[in-house]
Amino acid sequence: METRVVVRVLIVGMLMAVAVGPLTADQVKAAGAASSSSSQVAAAASGEAWVTKTITACDKKKTVIVEGYREGEVLPPEKARQVAKLLMALMKYCDYRVLARLPQQETTVYLSIEGQPFVEMQEVEQKLPLLLVQGVLPTEREKRVWAAEQKRMIEEGYKLFHSSVLGTNGISCDMCHPDASNTHPETYPKFQTQLKTVALLRDQINWCIENPLEGKKLSGDDPKMKAMEAYIYSARSGKILEPGKH
Amino acid sequence: MKRQTLRPEERKQFFTSLRKMSRRQFFSTAGKVAAMAAASDLVVRFGNHIISHAPHSFQPVELAYGAEKFTFAYVSDTHLLAKGMTHRFAKAALKAVRDANAMSPQPDFVLFGGDLAQLGQSEELKLGKEILDELKPKRYMMVGEHDWYFDMGEKWRELFGDPWYAFDHKGIHFVILNSVIVEDYWTAPKMKPMERMLFMAQLDNPRGKPFTVGEEQRDWLQKNLAKVDKGTPIVIFSHSPLYKYYKPWNFWTDDAEQVQKLLAPFTSVTVIHAHTHQVLTNRIGNIHFHGVLSTAWPWPYAPEGLPKLTVQMDRADPFNQFDGCGWGTVDVLSTGRANKSYKLWDRNPMNVTAAQLESGKVAAPGPSY
Repeated sequence: METRVVVRVLIVGMLMAVAVGPLTADQVKAAGAASSSSSQVAAAASGEAWVTKTITACDKKKTVIVEGYREGEVLPPEKARQVAKLLMALMKYCDYRVLARLPQQETTVYLSIEGQPFVEMQEVEQKLPLLLVQGVLPTEREKRVWAAEQKRMIEEGYKLFHSSVLGTNGISCDMCHPDASNTHPETYPKFQTQLKTVALLRDQINWCIENPLEGKKLSGDDPKMKAMEAYIYSARSGKILEPGKH
Repeated sequence: MKRQTLRPEERKQFFTSLRKMSRRQFFSTAGKVAAMAAASDLVVRFGNHIISHAPHSFQPVELAYGAEKFTFAYVSDTHLLAKGMTHRFAKAALKAVRDANAMSPQPDFVLFGGDLAQLGQSEELKLGKEILDELKPKRYMMVGEHDWYFDMGEKWRELFGDPWYAFDHKGIHFVILNSVIVEDYWTAPKMKPMERMLFMAQLDNPRGKPFTVGEEQRDWLQKNLAKVDKGTPIVIFSHSPLYKYYKPWNFWTDDAEQVQKLLAPFTSVTVIHAHTHQVLTNRIGNIHFHGVLSTAWPWPYAPEGLPKLTVQMDRADPFNQFDGCGWGTVDVLSTGRANKSYKLWDRNPMNVTAAQLESGKVAAPGPSY
């Protein structure tokens, strides 16, 4: 897409002042509610804050607040083009009400979506969808936590899979299934004649625990079962889901 | 002149008549025999020396027809745990032994393919010996990694003798190898025997070391084979496949090429190996490779590296305790080549002939794993 608007991003939080100009009372309130300080809202409403011009797109949902120009002032062509590009980009990517604030230096764009706090946008295409869902982007720390917890559960499952603790006769899952091969978790649920029902992966795991391993079956809530499933699924990452395939 | 295979009585008659004939008869017979040899491309021996199989050689010959056809059976990879005769692995091993005993006619001998025990324990090996002692035919034992790495083969040697050796049977030269020698991984970290065994027992161990035949055995093999005619058919028994199939599961012998080089000069070499618990067929140059089944459990085919000649066995039904497992037989032909029969329990047997391997026909794609 040529009308791509590429700007800087940092998550600023609730520190940005709200737009001023002939916005509706609702919009002001929404933006104001998102910002932490009511004094800022008051200042904005009184006109003591930055001079701005507001341009709304034809869908009535996307508004750009252009800093440095008064209402009624005609924008120079470059600026007008920039504003138009921004509006087009915003309209293309979502249906939400978006307030975009374009500072005078044009180094960044700040967005407030559906009354959320203003955030500084980096890559509109990539980040906007995420932003709309969560309001904020996942932090690096969050991603590390997710990965670490996942790894922990998979490793727990690996240990259970490769030991004979789940059974009573010395047999372990990895004997028939090295590297969890031939488990086909992507084909469940499927009907298993011998189980007389459409079985989930955990039902098959339990059958194996009870029969070749001669152990006691696990409940679906058991962390051991969750760990086993996590490991088995992780070994088949990328395979197409084909429930019912025998 | 068409190739003839004389039956024992005819052969006896032939040689007797050779001794009694007149000079003219001799030349006429010798000529016919030489022509026959040339036409059939038989190896021509005089005493212990190969003369030639070139046409027009005109010499008194003693034709070697190789061995007469015979059959041996195998039972392999029983992986016994010391949990008595009611454990499913013990029941399966007994099942195989009884099936072999029920063969009519009886096989010339039974090969045990290795991995008698699961964790190399004395009790496991003794239980295995008890089960295998029920076998009526003569028995040849081969060691696997599960037998070896608890005590480095001490109990095995006590119960079953040398881990590698050779013997001759009906004109075929048999060699049994211990092909599961690995680089020392236990001394430095001061592993206890059970730790060493468990490390080796996990097939998909990401830190596992590859199997080898090793220098000592390769040297021994070279000396042993030096005494054997290049025309004598060779059958090698090894636990791991003497080629490279899938390293992460140690379906692999790291010095395979060096061993194959020692075997290359021979006209007929067949390798029967265990360890892979599946129907497995390969041919490299003049060497035919056949895997054997396990009695304990089947293994899936590896994600890559499967030899193209292998007709895959279907996936085992987890709900059938013996499916994908079994025992088998090998028919050694008069050429010394082998036809293999996989006796899968609860399934039709799968047969792989030497002719199929000679033809080099690539197998159709198998079931998805």
